[in-house]
Amino acid sequence: MTTTVYVPRDAAALSVGADAVAAAITREAALTGRAVRVVRNGSRGMLWLETLVEVVTEAGRIGYGPVTSDAVPALIADGMLDGAPHELRVGVVEELPWFRAQNRLCFARVGVTDPLSPEDYLAHGGLTGLRRALEIGSAATVAEVTDSGLRGRGGAGFPAGIKWKTVADTPGELKFVCCNADEGDSGTFADRMLIEGDPFCLIEGMTIAGFAVGATEGYIYIRSEYPEAVRTFRRAIDIAYAQGWLGDDVLGSGLKFDLMVRVGAGAYICGEETSMLESLEGKRGVVRAKPPIPAITGLFGKPTVVNNVLTLASVPAILADGGAAYQALGVQRSRGTQVFQLAGNIARGGVFETAFGISLRDLVEEHGGGTLSGRPVRAVQVGGPLGAYLPASGLDLAMDYEAFAEAGAMLGHGGIVVFDDTVNMASMARFAFSFCAEESCGKCTPCRVGAVRGVEVIDRIVGGEDVDDNLALLGDLCELMTDGSLCAMGGLTPNPVRSALQHFADDFTPRRVTP
Amino acid sequence: MTVVERVLAVIEAHRGDRGALLPILHGIQAEFGYVDQSVIPLVAKELNLSRADVHGVVTFYSDFRSEPAGRVTVQLCRAEACQAVGSERLVEHAEAAYGVKVGQTSADGAVTLAQVFCLGNCALGPAAQVNGRLHGRLDPARLDGVINAEFTVSSPSGRTS
Ligand SMILES: Cc1cc2nc3c(=O)[nH]c(=O)nc-3n(C[C@H](O)[C@H](O)[C@H](O)COP(=O)(O)O)c2cc1C
Ligand code: SF4
Ligand code: FES
Ligand code: FES
Repeated sequence: MTTTVYVPRDAAALSVGADAVAAAITREAALTGRAVRVVRNGSRGMLWLETLVEVVTEAGRIGYGPVTSDAVPALIADGMLDGAPHELRVGVVEELPWFRAQNRLCFARVGVTDPLSPEDYLAHGGLTGLRRALEIGSAATVAEVTDSGLRGRGGAGFPAGIKWKTVADTPGELKFVCCNADEGDSGTFADRMLIEGDPFCLIEGMTIAGFAVGATEGYIYIRSEYPEAVRTFRRAIDIAYAQGWLGDDVLGSGLKFDLMVRVGAGAYICGEETSMLESLEGKRGVVRAKPPIPAITGLFGKPTVVNNVLTLASVPAILADGGAAYQALGVQRSRGTQVFQLAGNIARGGVFETAFGISLRDLVEEHGGGTLSGRPVRAVQVGGPLGAYLPASGLDLAMDYEAFAEAGAMLGHGGIVVFDDTVNMASMARFAFSFCAEESCGKCTPCRVGAVRGVEVIDRIVGGEDVDDNLALLGDLCELMTDGSLCAMGGLTPNPVRSALQHFADDFTPRRVTP
Repeated sequence: MTVVERVLAVIEAHRGDRGALLPILHGIQAEFGYVDQSVIPLVAKELNLSRADVHGVVTFYSDFRSEPAGRVTVQLCRAEACQAVGSERLVEHAEAAYGVKVGQTSADGAVTLAQVFCLGNCALGPAAQVNGRLHGRLDPARLDGVINAEFTVSSPSGRTS
């Protein structure tokens, strides 16, 4: 009898040796005369357990982790292939509290299936959404997405249905769907994990978008820092064409939809949608003034849907189960689930998908287990490099767009970065400015010059030079950037700076900075 | 094949692409290891762009290097989540151990040290990409091990310097 063993192929798992673990399992099993089939799945998202090996048994898929290749011979000798006890055995994966506390819609298949197996995809509900869309027609498809309350997961939270309707209503022979997979925010990796762990889902979501708005070409812009995602997605597209899921006659319906991969080139600003469009056109990634909005004048001047990976990957389930089922989850105007990402100095980091409204403290302390170092949590940055820093006392905040906005913070793409009490917040404020200086597209002065000045001013403050004057200058500078920047890069950089200053003023007293 | 022929082959492979300049520049960098100034006029002519346009694109994106990299390229993540678990200490170690500053290639052409802001491995930091392969939970010893392993792969005799 052949035993099935899952070893993730996700880049995070590979980063701690998953390939070597897979090779060791194949080798050791052969040595002991056991027939095994090693399946390379996506990651379950419990990244602290990577490499998480799962063995299929009658009781379910039993996990062992974190497994290193060195540990494999002993694990197999101790009966891992039969699900035997071992100090690395974590139990039936889907029954783990961390896993059960989630509501996985977007990530339903990630870690469960072989991401490049069309059979697995179909067996786990794949293409149900696209088939239903084709049945109900494009207008009803847009309406379903609108009814679901789905808002963009890239950061700004704009209602997806409204954007789609604008593109659908704009006449044009040629329209585009562009998937934003630039995922530049520190502390975020859910786009990457979805692309590597369930690429067909994103292909299906983009195809539904194309059908809904009348676009025949799709582009996915993947950042170059994600070579594994690029490889996986290219293979998935080839397979999808071979299956008749893409091309001139999608699923025999007569629908035409082609999908191309484009790779970024190391510019954070290219995650901003108009900069991304410039980059897709082969230009410098300089931000465009809006209006015109991309939905009307987008890629090569044509009507264009620009959506984040998670937005588009949420669509197949919305179509399959109906917008109302999705809308039933979440709170107020934040509907459905959000894929939170626990990162930084955190004991149990990974992806945690749940309905909006969970508290930040629950995520960080209960599910995340506090810091990795075991020291007290001091600060948490939510929403990427342009997001505010919250003090440990401010974690009783509900994770929804409005509650965060009220607290002067933002959810962004759902990244949560934890720092322990060794962090120096003046250094982090300085970093926010230097990051902006490095990544500014250069179009407007408040951002391009203001960020450079910001670094200097913080250096003077912590250096003890005219502290009061420089603090006042810092305030003016933040105001100028907030009011005078064309896009959120310059406009929101004051967020981390001001929040650091507000909650951690002590760190800005002279000589505590470590630049 | 001459340099010109190799560049033309890359351009040809992207003839039908819309807005093909970025894929072409990636292709040229994959072919030669960097984007030499001297290829810019040819690319401009073939794509019907001005030299200034092409030059502007090459210099906008930090991926496109103007000179060859060392035998091992180490891209250390210095974004917030990795800072929270000690990436700056790793940078200090790497600079000292390989005698090279971030953004430079060591004099013997062995190591290029670069910084990057997030590799999508933020729950397993500090993270780095070494010759395109992602590594997590790095400390100085593990980083040295990874770099040495790359030298063994790239030349069987190990690091020559
Ligand atoms: C500086 C900056 C960086 C951004 N980076 C990303 C990104 O990496 N990924 C993303 O999806 N959206 C990013 N956005 C948001 C996009 O501009 C845009 O709102 C989004 O792609 C729209 O898709 P959505 O409605 O599905 O979220 C960024 C915005 C700014 C201002
Ligand atoms: S705010 Fe900064 S990044 Fe945005 S358009 Fe202006 S210069 Fe470019
Ligand atoms: S890219 Fe032009 S100012 Fe930085
Ligand atoms: S912050 Fe280093 S990998 Fe994301």
